[in-house]
Amino acid sequence: MSYQGKKNIPKITSERLLVKGGRIVNDDQSFHADIYMEDGVIKQIGDNLIVPGGVKTVEANGKMVIPGGIDIHTHFQMPYRGTTTVDDFAQGSKAALAGGTTMIVDHVIPDPGCSLMEAYDQWRQWADEKSCCDYSLHVDITHWNDSVKQEVESLIKEKGVNSFQVYMAYKDYYQMSNSELYDIFSFLAERGGIAEVHAENGEIIAEEQARMLQMGITGPEGHVLSRPEELEAEAVFRAITIASQTNCPLYVTRVMSKSAADIISQARKRGNVVFGEPITASLGTDGTHYWSKNWAKAASFVTSPPLSPDPTTPDYLNTMLSSGDLSVTGSAHCTFSVAQKAIGKDDFTQIPEGVNGVEERMSLIWDKAVTTGKMDENMFVAVTSTNAAKILNLYPRKGRIAVGSDADLVIWDTDSIRTITAKTHNSAAEYNIFEGMELRGAPQAVICQGKIVVEDGTLHVVSGVGRFIPCSAFPDFAYKRIKARKQLAVLRAVPRGMYDGPVSEFSMSRGGTPSASARTSPTKQPSRNLHHSGFSLAGPTIPDDIPIRPAGRRIVVPPGGRSNITSLS
Amino acid sequence: MSTAGEVPAFFKSIGSDSPARPRQKFCGMFCPVEGSADSKTLDFDALQAGKERSDGRVIDRQTDISQPRKVEIRESTGKEYLQNLDDKKSDRLLIKGGKIVNDDQSFCADIYMEDGVIKQIGENLIVPGGVKTIDAHGRMLMPGGIDVHTRFQMPDRGMVSADDFYQGTKAALAGGTTMIIDHVLPEPGVSLLSAFEQWREWADSKSCCDYSLHVDITEWHKGIQEDMETLVKDHGVNSFLVYLAYKDVFQLSDSQVYEVFSVIRDLGAIAQVHAENGDIVAEEQQKILEQGITGPEGHVLSRPEEVEAEAVNRSVTVANQTNCPLYVTKVMSKSAADVIAQARKKGTVVYGEPITASLGTDGSHYWSKNWAKAAAYVTSPPLSPDPTTPDYLNSLLSCGDLQVTGSAHCPFNTAQRAVGKDDFSLIPEGVNGTEERMSIIWDKCVVTGKMDENQFVSVTSTNAAKIFNMYPRKGRIAVGSDADLVLWDPDVTKIISAKSHNSTVEYNIFEGTEVRGGPLVVISQGKIVLEEGNLHTIEGSGRFVARKPFPDYVYKRIKARSRLAELRGVPRGLYDGPVCEVSVTPKTMTPASSAKNSPAKQPNQPVRNLHQSGFSLSGAQMDDNIPRRNTQRTLAPPGGRANITSLG
Repeated sequence: MSYQGKKNIPKITSERLLVKGGRIVNDDQSFHADIYMEDGVIKQIGDNLIVPGGVKTVEANGKMVIPGGIDIHTHFQMPYRGTTTVDDFAQGSKAALAGGTTMIVDHVIPDPGCSLMEAYDQWRQWADEKSCCDYSLHVDITHWNDSVKQEVESLIKEKGVNSFQVYMAYKDYYQMSNSELYDIFSFLAERGGIAEVHAENGEIIAEEQARMLQMGITGPEGHVLSRPEELEAEAVFRAITIASQTNCPLYVTRVMSKSAADIISQARKRGNVVFGEPITASLGTDGTHYWSKNWAKAASFVTSPPLSPDPTTPDYLNTMLSSGDLSVTGSAHCTFSVAQKAIGKDDFTQIPEGVNGVEERMSLIWDKAVTTGKMDENMFVAVTSTNAAKILNLYPRKGRIAVGSDADLVIWDTDSIRTITAKTHNSAAEYNIFEGMELRGAPQAVICQGKIVVEDGTLHVVSGVGRFIPCSAFPDFAYKRIKARKQLAVLRAVPRGMYDGPVSEFSMSRGGTPSASARTSPTKQPSRNLHHSGFSLAGPTIPDDIPIRPAGRRIVVPPGGRSNITSLS
Repeated sequence: MSTAGEVPAFFKSIGSDSPARPRQKFCGMFCPVEGSADSKTLDFDALQAGKERSDGRVIDRQTDISQPRKVEIRESTGKEYLQNLDDKKSDRLLIKGGKIVNDDQSFCADIYMEDGVIKQIGENLIVPGGVKTIDAHGRMLMPGGIDVHTRFQMPDRGMVSADDFYQGTKAALAGGTTMIIDHVLPEPGVSLLSAFEQWREWADSKSCCDYSLHVDITEWHKGIQEDMETLVKDHGVNSFLVYLAYKDVFQLSDSQVYEVFSVIRDLGAIAQVHAENGDIVAEEQQKILEQGITGPEGHVLSRPEEVEAEAVNRSVTVANQTNCPLYVTKVMSKSAADVIAQARKKGTVVYGEPITASLGTDGSHYWSKNWAKAAAYVTSPPLSPDPTTPDYLNSLLSCGDLQVTGSAHCPFNTAQRAVGKDDFSLIPEGVNGTEERMSIIWDKCVVTGKMDENQFVSVTSTNAAKIFNMYPRKGRIAVGSDADLVLWDPDVTKIISAKSHNSTVEYNIFEGTEVRGGPLVVISQGKIVLEEGNLHTIEGSGRFVARKPFPDYVYKRIKARSRLAELRGVPRGLYDGPVCEVSVTPKTMTPASSAKNSPAKQPNQPVRNLHQSGFSLSGAQMDDNIPRRNTQRTLAPPGGRANITSLG
């Protein structure tokens, strides 16, 4: 397997570690037990374990031991118009570990027209070089044709990618048409992939942006004004419709507004296979800051879909997350420096988009959802780690504390309180969108690949130790249901006798349009077309502009046909 | 019956005869007491009957249900006739003893009309002698129906839908509809104006009742916008339909829809939408044909109701963004109706139009073994295969979540349908319904107790007149309104059949449906066009009704909102911190415009661009493919830094 491959840790340092006296919290239950791990894998769980002498021991003192967080959505080292986000894989994964996240899933964004495979290799190279924790990759589909199709196929089969994101926004750039979405979703459904979607109606945004700029609104508030939350909800609705038509599991990235979350929750109630991902930013803060008088501050909140100006949104999304209507959390961590954001100082459409959140994610959810009593510790594990592992088909290797699972653990201190500020955070950005927020709950120790990487606030990270974790196709969590539905969804034609009545004449081409004929689907004609032999194929025999008077031309059905028509069923 | 003599005949007739009436199987537990409407006001008929049948025999009474109720029409005679000889053309008509039903109230009064206009309403009217008089005997007199959606004489690939304006309006009148609004469907490439003129010509020469026209936008460019302006300003059109379906033919993209809606809002018109996601439909059609499904069931399988709901949701979103009133034609499914109801709850100005077909029948017939029958139901969006849909839509119509009803009457005969006998996607689309509309709604909604007679008037007539700015000329019985009236008989029952209908098609999708309630007399333009089942229609007598923009019913709210919706920028100092360099062209070779640029006209760059003087305008200088390491992090200068973390 490739994850044991290239970056193998030298065997000499084979780490043995015992976590004593912790309370293990999985998504289904919590219990007291010791954990013994070796070579980055959990070997034993239980009381009074028999372990080799001289093993390094961590005393948990009854604190919670949870599976390390999985941040399912990051954009480290993302190239953007010649610059790159300030957090590369080293910086970003360091911040992740500091926050209790032991695995990240980054997005590969190939430029439209470029090969997916090349982009994937590029990202692998960057991440292998620098990542401090295990990682996996989503691949974004930014254009669609047969060669992309083949690349997607080989990415699924050979490269360990099972999730692909499409964009409904960024008109003329990343945006896919409805037909392309339909194609992509059908293809992914066949191959066992997860369709991820950036849901915003790009066409309307483009119109609204032009309108805002015309009105002279050039600041960051224009960003949120041109992307009202309805457009997000509309696109989510559309994506769900297409996914349900194609019987493809859908994953909505970045749920930023109440209305989008509502649509997802309604769809789940109707039985659609859809997962929603709120991000740290939407769970922790709101979009009122876009109106800040401080341009740099306002610009640092720019992300798409934007944070909702409705201040009750974070609470609402936390509730939906707790009730299971939203399934997983990411950070969409994609940080730009103020100087980079200033590219759009005179035009909000040019501001590079992205906010921080990889480090704050776990604490923030703990603070907003667990301390407020919305969810319990097990649900906390589910939304920060287990569900993500299940969707990506990494469960139970990741997302669970069990014998044989990876030794990615967090000893969680429920009482620690810290204040988020750009001064102390591990990101390279000058601004933190959660600046000044006081959060309860933080990792006391983080164990990644069986090694202690965070201990009492001190980071011991090693750049480049992160392994790529391949995700295999057809994750049970999503596809069990999809497969069952596929069996049900077989359509059958009604067996009928041949229609032998009269057939009216018609012209295949509609009026003067150069486009395809009226309701002709682009398919090949069925072979029975022999019955059309009475037709003049040379085009319309009747001049199109002279209306035919139907009353006079009415074709009387012959007796045989007539009785057929009115008689049965 | 020993008590027969003790009770006055009038009271006795209220309760005693109702249980003895044959109960129609369709009206169920909500069947109103027979004749209950009659006894609310003075019903001379019932009184007479009561007197005659003082022994309580009810057999006589039963028979006259099946017989058409008689109306007494008295022509002027003798001397009076001579008196009116000179003005034979001016039609004068008096209706006596009717119960006038408007959308807000019902009351008993006489109506006198002259020259197609209602001149007087009240009791003991002073009218010229020898006027033709109809005795309504307390029956309901309501504004004639307005069928907001017809497609008579619609060309489709060299064929024309079976009912032309004559046949169609004749059928409409026979059903109690005295005005239709037809859709002008310009082929892409044809100007809206010339298509409009063409339709005017067809309708003027043939229509038997007043009509108006919606114009469909089938493509989008500058010329269309100018045509729309002309149509609104000079030709009395205030509604335009856009298609979200029929990919590569009529379908518009979201951006185009946004632009069309903006134009419509500025013109003060109504945006109508045919809501189905054409992209998905095209894909599904292909898939289903590939699976070898070629019959009419493929039509409904390729157009699942979700696809309709999605498009409704999308058009609601666009309408909200553009602050444009929206009108969804042909609401065929529960989910689409739900989306409209939800949007209305959120305050969107949106109207939903279920049609006769969706209110009266369902899509299970697409699976009929009889191809011709199955094909007769083909329309888009299709009828929902869910058999509970009609009842649900009737409920939503009754509670006001859906407002108007049309018929989308566009039938093709079987030979025309057979064009698609080997490929359902070629079957010409459209169903009948203009004749059946009023009776179906009465039967499904009023008889079942979902709505009262006043609501019936609003959904069949008044709301349509209000939305399309014809109120109170149409849609109301009032002095000065057009004399388009229907004398409605709530008790008449009829079995709908292609044998007896007025459409020219061989198939009626409501075949065999028994409906209660129908027009007894129909008056259009002050003339009696239907009495005792006889139609007296005159080809070409229909007038075009011009409609003005900015209907109050719709635009009062829109105007208030546009005042509120003003957006303001945040006044900020100039950003004077460092600015990162970017490559001027996006890093790729894509011919498309750069990442987040809107494709719309670039705003003229503000003059402040001087601050960017440090930029190299000669293009990217460093190798764009090598990402910058974060060691290049640009530190904000102290001044800027303080600015960043301090205020906000």
